[in-house]
Amino acid sequence: MLSRHEVDHVAALARLALTDAEAERMAVELSSILEHIDRIRALDLDGVAPTAHVSDATAPLRPDVPVPSLPREALLAAAPEVADGGFGVPSPGASAQ
Amino acid sequence: MSDTILELSAAAAAAAIAAGDLDPAELFACYRERAAADPLNAFLWVAPPGPPAGLTEPTAGEAATPLAPVPLAVKDLFCTQGVPSQSASKILEGYRPPYSATVVARLGLPLLGKTNQDEFAMGSSNENSAFGPVANPWDRGRVPGGSSGGSAAAVAGGLAPWALGTDTGGSIRQPAAFCGIVGLKPTYGAVSRYGMIAFASSLDQAGPLTRDVTDAALLFSQMVGADPRDATCVAFPDRIGRPTATDLAGVRLGIPSDLLEAVDGLDPAVKANFDATVALAGSLGAEIVEVSLPHAEHALSAYYIIAPAEASANLARFDGVRYGLRLGGEQDLLSMYTRTRGEGFGPEVKRRIMLGTYALASGYYDAYYGTAQKVRTRISEDFTAAFGQVDLIVTPTAPTVAFGLGAVADPLAMYLNDFYTVPMSLAGIPAISIPSGLCDGLPVGFQLAGPAFSEARLLEAAHALEQAIGFDGAPARAGGTA
Repeated sequence: MLSRHEVDHVAALARLALTDAEAERMAVELSSILEHIDRIRALDLDGVAPTAHVSDATAPLRPDVPVPSLPREALLAAAPEVADGGFGVPSPGASAQ
Repeated sequence: MSDTILELSAAAAAAAIAAGDLDPAELFACYRERAAADPLNAFLWVAPPGPPAGLTEPTAGEAATPLAPVPLAVKDLFCTQGVPSQSASKILEGYRPPYSATVVARLGLPLLGKTNQDEFAMGSSNENSAFGPVANPWDRGRVPGGSSGGSAAAVAGGLAPWALGTDTGGSIRQPAAFCGIVGLKPTYGAVSRYGMIAFASSLDQAGPLTRDVTDAALLFSQMVGADPRDATCVAFPDRIGRPTATDLAGVRLGIPSDLLEAVDGLDPAVKANFDATVALAGSLGAEIVEVSLPHAEHALSAYYIIAPAEASANLARFDGVRYGLRLGGEQDLLSMYTRTRGEGFGPEVKRRIMLGTYALASGYYDAYYGTAQKVRTRISEDFTAAFGQVDLIVTPTAPTVAFGLGAVADPLAMYLNDFYTVPMSLAGIPAISIPSGLCDGLPVGFQLAGPAFSEARLLEAAHALEQAIGFDGAPARAGGTA
């Protein structure tokens, strides 16, 4: 069973603000899912190579030809805040460590 | 006239346009009117009246002949230039991308609308959409499946001639099964992922949802091809033509008995339908062979580590900086991130981000992610061994027929919907679901899977079986039972 402390730790890593009720429910639900998943840890997998990706293609190279990027205005159009022709963000402030 | 037009399959409509017997503007207007009156909540955006936008020249793919302009419904998570593309999430509400996904641009079909889905493609019932659930056209009190639930319901309900969906662990095949239509998950790497809002990058594939196998072959044939913008996407080795097979002579069909028996929740009526379909395949000349996929029953566990792990990384980009929702902008940067994400994502998306972050966290990485990757290897090896004995492997697409809205509340029980579809996703192999009949008035899906890049053979076999089954999807297009 995941502790509330572990849930809070993972939520902080994931940059998710959870309410108390969400965190409590998350502990129960994740524990139940992890209990099911735990079955695979009993399998004999010694010497098995991990699969990160099914594609066996090696990274292909394309011709190094410059092409225009999307216009700056088009990309900034969807931004919540634009500052000096770039994406605006709040000050890191007190959270900077 | 419009009723006659709406009864045409997409391939028949394309042929009629090519022959000069059907005006594409009239076809578009008929479907636009149907989609605008959407009784299923299948669409999140419908093209405005008038001539369709997006009736562009298809960009050069590998296909020789461009498609006649049969309108296309597109799952919300495909970027469509200037048109809302939100992956059914509040965190992307109103987002209009400045570019289109490769597959959308390559098809160059008139865009009918954007379809509802589970938020970020995470779900098996479409109940995780931030914009409300979708009704199944066969029974509006039931789910259409997910995550491509809007695409499946739109095609089954006669609101669209055909649709694009995406499949990460079953998200094309399971809704196709629940809605009584055809859904193809291609080989990983057959179709470009550029411009798809990513869920799990080593698993996501775009594919067609269509009324029949011929339509699926036609749409798929125009989707494939290498893309310099997706390094995992390669040239498709075959030309996909119109399927013509009417028998299964010489086809060896593998039945993975160990997998079929491993799930507790297999509905006896679905099992009976599966057995009858296998017998039908035998009568068409197929050789039925028992095969073993000893690790496939562990696919779901591996999948629910790998997919959330990849999702937790992919969804890090939604942070209130470049697009979409921002909350807490008056506070400091970290508070802005956590509030935007905490309130912008729905419960299932948060659950999977948490699960993935946990599985990748220091101290758990080897135990979870590393183990899951090894199981993935074993599952691929099982398929390779089985395809040494047989040409195709068949299973029910889902353990049950469509369930009631709100009927499955437990997340783990919901995940079990993907029991038969996830093994193929992990192995990266193609699989198709075709309707194989009704149980209590609801469609049942039959899944066929083949080795990587065997889509041409898969579509031929599915076509032969489809002809013999003779499934009638008209009741859903007529509105089903209210």
